[in-house]
Amino acid sequence: MALLDKHKILETNATLLLVFSFLVVTIGGIVQITPLFYLENTIEEVDGMRPYSPLELTGRNIYIREGCYVCHSQMIRPMRDEVERYGHYSLAAESMYDHPFQWGSKRTGPDLARVGGRYSDDWHIVHLRDPQSVVPESIMPKYGFLERTMIEPDYIEDLLRANRFVGVPYTDEMIANAAADFRAQADADSDFDDLLERYPGAQVRNFDSQPGISEADALVAYLQMLGTLVDFSTFTPDASR
Amino acid sequence: MSKKPVQQNKDPETTGHSWDGIEEFNNPLPKWWVWVFYATIVWGIGYTIAYPAWPLVNQATAGLLGYSTRGEVAEDIAEFEAQNAEINARLEGVELASIGDDPEIYSFAVSSGEAVFRTWCAQCHGSGAAGAVGYPNLLDDDWLWGGDMEAIHYTISHGIRNEEDFDAHYSEMPAFGELLEPEEIVQVVNYVQVLSGGQAADPSQVEAGEVVYLDQCSACHGEAGEGDIFQGAPNLSDAIWLYGGDYETLMETVTYSRFGVMPPWQTRLTEAQIRAVTAYVHQLGGGE
Repeated sequence: MALLDKHKILETNATLLLVFSFLVVTIGGIVQITPLFYLENTIEEVDGMRPYSPLELTGRNIYIREGCYVCHSQMIRPMRDEVERYGHYSLAAESMYDHPFQWGSKRTGPDLARVGGRYSDDWHIVHLRDPQSVVPESIMPKYGFLERTMIEPDYIEDLLRANRFVGVPYTDEMIANAAADFRAQADADSDFDDLLERYPGAQVRNFDSQPGISEADALVAYLQMLGTLVDFSTFTPDASR
Repeated sequence: MSKKPVQQNKDPETTGHSWDGIEEFNNPLPKWWVWVFYATIVWGIGYTIAYPAWPLVNQATAGLLGYSTRGEVAEDIAEFEAQNAEINARLEGVELASIGDDPEIYSFAVSSGEAVFRTWCAQCHGSGAAGAVGYPNLLDDDWLWGGDMEAIHYTISHGIRNEEDFDAHYSEMPAFGELLEPEEIVQVVNYVQVLSGGQAADPSQVEAGEVVYLDQCSACHGEAGEGDIFQGAPNLSDAIWLYGGDYETLMETVTYSRFGVMPPWQTRLTEAQIRAVTAYVHQLGGGE
């Protein structure tokens, strides 16, 4: 073991020790992380996923800004109790357009990965305004200011571009029409055919039933689409993964 | 002054390292510790053979036990479903109205219905089913769409005023702000306050309000305000209010109308689950 006897060189030379420690950690990282990018059983192709529409993406930014992830996870784990309560366990592909993902690490409130369609828009608005009025035992703070804060799609193109920069496949067409799509989705009387073509399954309506587009419109648009893109009546995940 | 380390008889050898004159003994590790250490290595190798582990070219090794988290949860769910399959089939097989006749089915239905209620219904109707503003209280005997087993089962299955289910209960009160003059709304609101056994905000308006009521409201809510469960028109002659019976709330309700919705649960729940939660809601206090 002549090589092992040379450890004195490392132990007496701090810089060299640092370099070799880094090398060892790098090897560990490569072995653990790199395979996840090419192994077939870690990359699952799922039908139905699409990038967030401009209004949903704005709502998602509000979700992040308000720190919703501190109390709400978006990750249904593959366990019976979670599947029975929240619905089908989350698939990795369902957060493929999330930058950053919102899996969260603590549930003070319930998981929101499949909250879309579970409640009415009215419920969401009332619940954001005063959570205790519908769930008396809730400790969620009030977010009534969201419906009073009007928003304009001033920076929506930049937001889509930033997401494209980190890998979300927004097309030039999507970016060019971002502001129009943003307005169309919050108005059931708008001409939203193009929006639906670009973002299949997007829900179009006035989410807060008040004139204008408020932050609550955007947030509820986001909440109402969460977990709804993959149709589990036609898609069966591979059980061996 | 430096001391030379004194090597005593029973001391082991030193490692030979010397750091600024400090030396260290080369004590052997305790035998039990060394063997536990070797055992963990052997266990680790066995573990990576039994369970999914090593990344190869296209796939990671699957492991001899064929374990997967997804497979495990599917098995887990299937196991409990199999355990309940028989009683669920019996629950689905009996007449709705006679669920209460078989104590075994009934107690199963009520307790599993409570679990369904707490998972899916409690957010709107409250964990104790007492409801909230805009979401009916299910503990009392005041029913919008009927309170017998059949009616509750229908409402849960198809929901109310939703777009997903063509058979959903549907009715829509007009927004009278567009149909009546503002003073007529004030009159009818005052009348409804009296009709429900309360005090009118402005008693002088009541008489004129009755005319407006009989003309505009009685077709659905009844001439005496008794309501109509076939149209989901609330009873206005009692003190039970879905949105509130104070003057401001009534003004809002009459002017803009209300449009409470409920999803069709038959798309999310099994027939046995719907029957179970029907039995649970029915026995809360107001079942007919």
